[in-house]
Amino acid sequence: MAISTKEVEYLALLARIQLTPQELERFAGQMDEILAYVEKLKTARTEGVSPTSHVLELSNVFREDKVEPSLPTEKVLANAPDREGPFFKVPQIIDPAG
Amino acid sequence: MSYIPVIGLETHLQLKTVSKIFCGCSTTFGAPPNSQVCPVCLGFPGTLPVLNRQALTFGIRVALALGCGIQPRIVFHRKNYFYPDLPKDFQISQYDLPLGTDGFVEIGKRRIRIGRAHLEEDAGKLLHSAGYSLVDFNRTGVALLEIVTEPDLTSPEEAHLYLKTLRGILEYLEVSDCDMEKGSLRCDTNISLRPAGSAADSLGTKVEIKNLNSFKAVARSLAYEIQRQAQVLDEGGKIQQETRLWDDAAGRTEPMRSKEYAHDYRYFPEPDLVPFAVSPEEVEKVRGNLPELPPQRARRLIEQYGLSEMDARTLTASKGTADYFESCMKAAPASAKTLANWIAGELSSQTNARNLESVAGLPFPPGHLVELVGLIESGKISGKMAKEIFAEALSSGQSPGSIVYSKGLSQVTDPSVLQTAAQEVLKEHPQAAADYRTGKGQALMFLVGQLMRRTQGAASPAISQEILRKLLNDKEKRG
Repeated sequence: MAISTKEVEYLALLARIQLTPQELERFAGQMDEILAYVEKLKTARTEGVSPTSHVLELSNVFREDKVEPSLPTEKVLANAPDREGPFFKVPQIIDPAG
Repeated sequence: MSYIPVIGLETHLQLKTVSKIFCGCSTTFGAPPNSQVCPVCLGFPGTLPVLNRQALTFGIRVALALGCGIQPRIVFHRKNYFYPDLPKDFQISQYDLPLGTDGFVEIGKRRIRIGRAHLEEDAGKLLHSAGYSLVDFNRTGVALLEIVTEPDLTSPEEAHLYLKTLRGILEYLEVSDCDMEKGSLRCDTNISLRPAGSAADSLGTKVEIKNLNSFKAVARSLAYEIQRQAQVLDEGGKIQQETRLWDDAAGRTEPMRSKEYAHDYRYFPEPDLVPFAVSPEEVEKVRGNLPELPPQRARRLIEQYGLSEMDARTLTASKGTADYFESCMKAAPASAKTLANWIAGELSSQTNARNLESVAGLPFPPGHLVELVGLIESGKISGKMAKEIFAEALSSGQSPGSIVYSKGLSQVTDPSVLQTAAQEVLKEHPQAAADYRTGKGQALMFLVGQLMRRTQGAASPAISQEILRKLLNDKEKRG
């Protein structure tokens, strides 16, 4: 199966990364190789085997509904690129005018 | 052309656990911004989420009350998208193995199918300003149960009724505040149109509507959207699959213009959480603890107190209202019918006027209503006086009995007391008395009014009329 540069472009958009035309070409090729490798898994016999959702043989790990201390607000905001008072500040996402 | 609306609802219910779903941060509403967050809910590298057991139990409780089957094995997934209210850039949710499936909510005679109910974490809160947004992550990670209907609803009114019925059920379960203003109950809708006469499964392109802050907004936005889509289709246009935001002030939906938005969530199993097995024993234990729900309670009220089906349904629609009614009946077994009338009438309209959740929120405790109804039934006050006393009691907080006492408002039903007053009225209005005798019936009503005025409304209209008529007839015979 061949991954097109269009598909790589779409994935880049979803992942919010910017790629040059050269990178799009290169990654399309690399992804092809990765998929071909993973394709081998399809030859494994999996009848009667339920899909794995977790690698550990564990289930039902709970915590009780108890409040524990949170981080102080100053620490929460310590690495924020921008802030206003106790808030994180981010560029506008929705144009309120529609 | 005429179209049939096809509507589905997604309801997000905040579960009232004291801590968040995957970490120990408090869920208290209204705390200072970013004061209830920690490395887990902020998604810092190296941290691990752990499921809150109470959130799972609450979720099972709701799913069972909605008639859902509980999956024996549930798994959490990552729903990937970029939005500033999501610090991890993914939301822990459920995908192909949700907590509950295939339930229903009954509205009238119709069954609205519930496709699924699943657990997930809430996102943060954005405050939009000119040119930028402020983010508060306190709500991030609060336990949510998402309840998704099949596209079974066919009108805005039905959607409204479904939500009211659903909220009624949820209130009885006591797993959430169900407060839309605080955001503990939120709703998004999906709507498409299909031409009347087309196959029921031929679905048109659907539009999602967000930013619905009340049940009324849900109904209004659907009505608007039905009209908008019908117009587009009639003009030969195509419906765009998109998310639109409801503008309540303008009364219309607008496309959510956001280049950041993509409906491609690339779900994959959350590797930081193990799977969960829900045993049949656990399900039965939760089922055994389910409270009496609105339909059962309505049936019981009919049997126990002889209420009509309609009264029983009205009273049980909200838990607070039904509790109020039963407290009244326990305090003094007054006439169930009169109590129900008062609760469904005067008390409910005051509740709506004050935007309260139920009559239990009124500054008029059950004891006061019992007293008021007692005064009416013993004939001490008239229905009209009762309404005035009710208004007075609401504003002053005094009990109806003490208002009657302090104002001397008691209705005069003793004929001997009225006799003198009635004679005076006839003396003052000889013309009206003469009119009555010459056969003008309405003159009697004028005289009744005069007698009631003289006694400051305390004379019962029925007895006033009786006494006046007797006096007038006696005089006629004598004259």
